[in-house]
This record gives sequence, structure tokens and C-alpha cells, in this order.
Amino acid sequence: MIELTEQPIDSQEVLRRVSSTQAGAVVLFLGTTREFTRGRQTLSLNYECYAGMAKKKLAELETLAHQRWPLVATEIVHRVGVLGLGEASVAIGVSSAHRQDAFEAGKWLIDTLKEVVPIWKQENWTDGTAEWVHPVIETSPIEPSPTDKPIEKAE
Amino acid sequence: MNVEVKLFAVAKQLAGAETVTVSVPNHATVLELRNAIGRQHTELRDITQRALIAIDAEYANNDALVPKDSEIALIPPVSGG
Repeated sequence: MIELTEQPIDSQEVLRRVSSTQAGAVVLFLGTTREFTRGRQTLSLNYECYAGMAKKKLAELETLAHQRWPLVATEIVHRVGVLGLGEASVAIGVSSAHRQDAFEAGKWLIDTLKEVVPIWKQENWTDGTAEWVHPVIETSPIEPSPTDKPIEKAE
Repeated sequence: MNVEVKLFAVAKQLAGAETVTVSVPNHATVLELRNAIGRQHTELRDITQRALIAIDAEYANNDALVPKDSEIALIPPVSGG
């Protein structure tokens, strides 16, 4: 399941939603607000999204992850609005029978979310300035795609 | 035709508005739309070069046609997560 929220993320709830007796592994990723970036000090972050498309893209990523890896459950929660230091902007929970799939799918989900989901953060620096973060992209990855076959393991 | 383009992040900040109206030919491509945004809203010219265009919540290539009553958004490089 996917969710956009303006409320603080309940990571215990994310874990509860993906937990299952079918899972031997449960992985949780939290993206949290870091204080220093290239020597500049953050006061807070402000996240904005294109909600309709963001939800669509998050759901697509979830579907692709389930196609690529044998997963039991996934949960992606992204928060928008103003966040203080240490607060989580995104939580990704993944469960699977075996840990390699949960780790790999979790990493792929956050890496791909950061490339394709229409959400933006604005840094509010302690010096009083604010700037939207728009990374320079060397290629133009528009769509995530399951380019690799799921890894087949003999178990 | 006139189309509304939804703006976000730095583009919204530069335009001082959540949308801008852009005049394009009836069968304009996304590339023509980009150029029109830059000409008709010069404060958006630079960010438009770096942004993608979404039509009805899907990323669109430069050669895609812009449908008349579609939802169009300017998507600057994203920074979620």
C-alpha cells in the first residue's frame, strides 16, 4: 500500500502493515532530515508534491517491485509539509520469505522513488535562506522499468 | 489553444502562481509547449529546459502531442524521498 500524509510517520505502523508469518525478513527504510549538507546547516525541510501523479507513481513502483522480487508485502509512506531535523520524510517497509529479496527491493524502491516520483524538497537553511532542491540529472530516466529478470535462486 | 500548466517547487516560486496559461497551436507537441512556456513566461525559461512535462499524470516525450483538455504539469527535477 502507498500513502501520502501530512502527519508524522508512524514507523511501527509501517512495520505492522508488512509483517506476516509468511515473511522471514522485514526491512524498514526511513529517509530522515539530516542537519548538514555540503557544509550548510538545515533548519527544516519543506516537502511539496503533485499528489495525483505522486500516488500513481508510488503505486507503480510497488507493482514493479512485486513483479521483480517475491515479496510478501510492501508499504510506502511519504510525508509532505515542514519537517524538523531527524524527522522521517519517507518510510518504506518490505517483507519477504528470505532477506535478500527484502533488502534488494527496499533499496530499489527508495532509489527509484528518488528518480521518478513528483515530490520536491525545499531546504530552509539556518542562515535564513531557502532553496528548492532540483538535482542535475545526467540522463533523463523517465520511467522505471523491470529491465532485469528477477534473480532466480536455488533454495 | 490555451492550456493550463500546473507548477511546482521553484517553478511555482518563480511564477508566483500555481498555474500559468500558455498559448500553443492546436496540435502542438510537448517540445512546442516547452518553447511556448519559455517565450510567454520568461521567468520559467531556464527551469523549463531542465524539467519534464507530464500529461494526465504521465511523463511525456518531446514529440508527444498535447491534447486539448488534458492535465499538464511542469515537473522540475524531483527531490523526494
